[in-house]
Amino acid sequence: MILPLVRRFGVLVASVVASSLVVFAFMQVLPGNPARVALGLNASEGAVERMTTQFGLDRPLPVQYWEWASGMLTLDPGIEYISKAAIGPQIADRLLITLWLVGLAMALAVAIAIPLGVWMAVRHRHADGVVLTAASQIGVAIPAFLAGIVLISIFAVRLRWVPSDGWVAPAEDPVLFAKSVVLPTISLALVQGSVLARYVRSAVLDVLREDYLRTARAKGLTPMQALWRHGSRNAAIPVVTVMGLQLATLLVGAVVIERVFVIPGLGSLLLDSVSDRELLTVQSIVMVLVVAVLVINFIVDALYLMIDPRLKTGAR
Amino acid sequence: MGMKRIKTTMGLALTGAFFLTACNAGASTDGDSATGGSGSDALTVGLFAEPASLDFTTVDGAAIPQALLDNVYETLVTLDQEGNIVPALAKSYKVSDDGLTYTFQLQQDVVFSNGEDFTAADAVFSINQVKSDDWTISLKSQMDVVESAEATGDHELTVTLSEPSNAWLYSMTTRIGAMFDENGTENLAEEAIGTGPFVFDSWDRGNEIVLNRNDDYWGEEPYFNEVTLRYFNDGNAVNNAMLTGSIDLIGTVQAPESLAEFEGDDFQIIEGTTNGEIVLSFNNGRAPFDDLRVRQAARYAIDNQALMDTCWAGRGELIGSMVPPTDPWYEDRTGDYEFDTERAAALLEDADATGVDVALRLPSLPYAVACGTVVESMLEDAGFNVTVDELEFPAAWVETVFTAQDYDMSIVSHVEPRDLGNVFGNPDYYTAYGTPELQEILERADRGTVEEQTAAMQEAALMVSEDAAAEFLFLLPNLMVAEPGITGIPTNLIGESLELSNLARSE
Repeated sequence: MILPLVRRFGVLVASVVASSLVVFAFMQVLPGNPARVALGLNASEGAVERMTTQFGLDRPLPVQYWEWASGMLTLDPGIEYISKAAIGPQIADRLLITLWLVGLAMALAVAIAIPLGVWMAVRHRHADGVVLTAASQIGVAIPAFLAGIVLISIFAVRLRWVPSDGWVAPAEDPVLFAKSVVLPTISLALVQGSVLARYVRSAVLDVLREDYLRTARAKGLTPMQALWRHGSRNAAIPVVTVMGLQLATLLVGAVVIERVFVIPGLGSLLLDSVSDRELLTVQSIVMVLVVAVLVINFIVDALYLMIDPRLKTGAR
Repeated sequence: MGMKRIKTTMGLALTGAFFLTACNAGASTDGDSATGGSGSDALTVGLFAEPASLDFTTVDGAAIPQALLDNVYETLVTLDQEGNIVPALAKSYKVSDDGLTYTFQLQQDVVFSNGEDFTAADAVFSINQVKSDDWTISLKSQMDVVESAEATGDHELTVTLSEPSNAWLYSMTTRIGAMFDENGTENLAEEAIGTGPFVFDSWDRGNEIVLNRNDDYWGEEPYFNEVTLRYFNDGNAVNNAMLTGSIDLIGTVQAPESLAEFEGDDFQIIEGTTNGEIVLSFNNGRAPFDDLRVRQAARYAIDNQALMDTCWAGRGELIGSMVPPTDPWYEDRTGDYEFDTERAAALLEDADATGVDVALRLPSLPYAVACGTVVESMLEDAGFNVTVDELEFPAAWVETVFTAQDYDMSIVSHVEPRDLGNVFGNPDYYTAYGTPELQEILERADRGTVEEQTAAMQEAALMVSEDAAAEFLFLLPNLMVAEPGITGIPTNLIGESLELSNLARSE
């Protein structure tokens, strides 16, 4: 079990290094200069050049890259050009908010999708199964931001049950936290839950058609018992893969939902930093997202090994 | 600290949610009178585009002075709602006959929020700071004309200019003239120490800035003891926040068509003027717009009223030149080029430019994008062949249009006050105009008496209009939405600040 994991960890590290180079290179070709943003439209070329030097943006690229990359390793990517604020703590603050959002949305999506998907599979020849399957198709088709706007206009503006925007930390006031987080969570979970439910359904359907399940039924188990004892591990592998992908999608997709609900998460910081050309902040956030996605994939790989003992030898 | 404020705000929002009608009454328990200075009522204002820093000495952008000027930092002289220069930290001022020496008598008993007294020495310090390398924003050049600033008494400041300049006194009403304490500038990026009616309390990045009433204020204390400036990035979100009662005032409405949601008795809609002339700028430095006939054709081609109705819900004001109605030298110039497509087509043909290709490079801003398509179709009707590009603002637009001047036309709201000279007086500016004739007039305006200045500026406005240096689409309105009980709203946005001190809540 250890060797394949070590190999996959090696791939993870190599991917992080490669993507840091790509991200850094991409920032260099982005038009615009934080010095001009800071000095104003009418700043002379000379003043812009002086400020660029002061920001250290005229140094050789390898030097800039090394300073940033080594800073990232110690979780201290430096200070912002314009605001002079430390980047590390800012990202940490905002990431925490986004993680709450993503974590809750993923939990809700899974809580809806697994029972629903199993139900749709087991009842796929019955009217209720068909109707639910069609309904989940609609869920897949609605973009999260649209769901958010509709939910706000119903539950915040019209019914006034919850606020339309804002964020309260759970430690500060758990009740207000719950109220401010419920709509964004539902908006994100609706789409992901529908997608996941459809994967669960098809994974369960595949398993239901297997010979070993028919054998299990033949020895007297109910369909649900047979599925739980003999089919769940096999059905779990594609579902876990999709969940990993969805977690990554949520992390990045939360940007839009944060905008709609005015939540000061990582996505809001990313967009503001792009428009101010705070390149260090932008590339640091992008790297955090890249590493998060790679780590999620690594964990998914590790989960395969645990779910499917056949993979443990490393030979498929 | 920041989170605590959100809690208060959200608390209000929820109170509003469940007891909508009781919201105003409940929130203003201690402050019944609109003039009071001891009540404990709080106000939340929704604004757009959070500042990147609190330090306007090194970071440009409208958001910082909008929040801090006149509220936390004060100036010697300031602007009233009609655009007149009136005393503030200076009780009075005298100008010598040659226009070179300004003597300011300063208010006494003024204290900075760090406890230090405000004296003439602080004023000298503040002026010299702008001239030093500590200030870096390009606007600092407005202080170049100052030869010396001296404390000629504890509360008397004498400023000597190297040449007479009307523009200098005006610039002293902006952030350039903000008064700092000598010992209060260590951490300008995160802390603001001034003499104003409000004291900076906290800044929760990505969310809000909180100001508290200055209980030691030298002038009339504000009604609200706490004002929260909440920053939004999305027009829908700020409207929802207003509809659900989590904010009391929208500082600037971004999409005028959304005002329909607020019509009726539940909200007040405020429409005032700004300094933002929305200009269809021409690149005067290259073909085809180096030809007067082509520029005139483009001016005749635009039906300003129809344009404003289509892209800005009919809100705004037609101006015809580069002067807003709040400037003393305003004249209605809308008749100079009345809409006439045939005449435009004839002028184009005369210039041998029918079907000429022009690149309309727009910044990615609401007004520019909305009006861009209308401008495109009006110009096409007159025989231009228009290609529209939308460039991300500020970075991409600044690089292509502003710095490289690689464009034929653009649409920009020039929001700086009294900016005719900035925009058209300099041949190196992106409009590439700045003819010697105009420069001579502008110089005369800056040196002359008030009457001479007014006459010369009218001449300048006439010249940029007749010479078709640009097409002046319309003046951006200042649109705000407020709870019905809010009074003292600064209707016109003509300075750099959003003045909060007169705001109050009545029943």
